[in-house]
Amino acid sequence: MLSIPFANLLTEPVGVAHYVTVGAILFICGALCMATKRNALGVLMGIELVLNGANLNFVAFGSRYLRDDANSLGLDGQLMALFVIVLAAAEAAVALAIALNFYNNHDSIDVDRADQLRG
Amino acid sequence: MESIYWPSFFFFLFSGLACAFAVAVLLSSNIVRMAFYLVLSLGATAGLMFLAGAEFVGAMQLLIYVGGTLVLLIFGVMLTSQERFVVMKTWAGDWVKAFLAGGALLFILAYAAFSIPEWRGIERAEADAVEAQPSVTPIAMGLLGARTDDPDGSGYLLPFEIVSVHLLVVLIGAAYLARAKRSRSSLEKL
Repeated sequence: MLSIPFANLLTEPVGVAHYVTVGAILFICGALCMATKRNALGVLMGIELVLNGANLNFVAFGSRYLRDDANSLGLDGQLMALFVIVLAAAEAAVALAIALNFYNNHDSIDVDRADQLRG
Repeated sequence: MESIYWPSFFFFLFSGLACAFAVAVLLSSNIVRMAFYLVLSLGATAGLMFLAGAEFVGAMQLLIYVGGTLVLLIFGVMLTSQERFVVMKTWAGDWVKAFLAGGALLFILAYAAFSIPEWRGIERAEADAVEAQPSVTPIAMGLLGARTDDPDGSGYLLPFEIVSVHLLVVLIGAAYLARAKRSRSSLEKL
């Protein structure tokens, strides 16, 4: 084992931790997208990125190439990832319809303008 | 010097693409470019899923996500992209707060992931010994309630039915929400 971390990255198989880190980066980019974008469709894109990061984690935990078989999620991970993909499609359809309705009613797609419910 | 393990090389290639384009989505303020970067990021993620041995999920990612959901989003962009909404800048203070919170969260998550020894990957000989199994048949049987891979595992027939009815309801609801409103004057003409 080399003392330098990451020195054997290219010669050794990657593990779950690498996948989880990539998933975390996707998740954080999506969460920050949701928080900072002013365009409602940008917020939607952030949601897609978050769901995608979660999906990648499910697949990584279910994979047989990344860790020992005994503790892996097995096929359940892939099935969950499929459900997430379907629910993401449904969510995008409804959210897009709401965004288009908002655009038609307010003539704007800026989420900061959606403050009618303030009371 | 050992030779390069090519799956790891492709993992870093695809993960670099996915992360770089995800950051590009975050940093870009042009909605059209954001949509394009998102397509590339999700496509690279499908490559990561293929590398993890989930070829059916990867194919569905390309078909449903990149081919369906993102086309829907791009239609949304086209329908709302008036001149003043194409580029919307974020306030500078928001960026600072967002990067502080995001950086701290990323540090904690990555540190936690790498602090578990079992998650750091298996030996090269072990990885070479793993037999490739096509996952389409077990997934289809699992969705129909019969697990072929794990006799004790539970099937997914009920969630599958719920999710299909949910998708139908959601699509009808979306069509209802997004329908063109008939104005009062055109109703009176009828």
